[in-house]
Amino acid sequence: MDLEVQKRIKEFAEKYGPENVVVILGGAEPEAAGIAAETVTNGDPTFAGPLAGVSLGLAVYHIVEPEVKEAVDKNVYEENVGIMEMVLDVEGICREVKKYREQYSKYKA
Amino acid sequence: MFEGKKIVIVGDRDGVPGPAIEACMKTTKGEVVFATTECFV
Repeated sequence: MDLEVQKRIKEFAEKYGPENVVVILGGAEPEAAGIAAETVTNGDPTFAGPLAGVSLGLAVYHIVEPEVKEAVDKNVYEENVGIMEMVLDVEGICREVKKYREQYSKYKA
Repeated sequence: MFEGKKIVIVGDRDGVPGPAIEACMKTTKGEVVFATTECFV
């Protein structure tokens, strides 16, 4: 995950409290989405950015996960995510993000 | 879900971009505080 983005996420967690912050991902690949989910829960696995060794434990979801889709207006979702939902490996993305959320998220959305 | 939450969006140019996720999340009970689109090249 981009180092500047890591810095911003850390600042938001400090400003609003980690229990109030939810991260929504849009990554194209299961592996990349998983790394992003790991970064905002357990810390930066590459140890390169501001979240290295920082376990924020944030609630994290990918936009294609069913519980997120359900919370969004159906028409707006179709218009903005519908096409990508057809081409992405939704099953793989959901599995990866859920894995890190269940293991390391301390808070719920 | 998302009620009273501050939502941080990390979109992906090759996946779902930030503005598309933002449009979706604005229809929930959460408040979008940040949206970006990463680009892996």
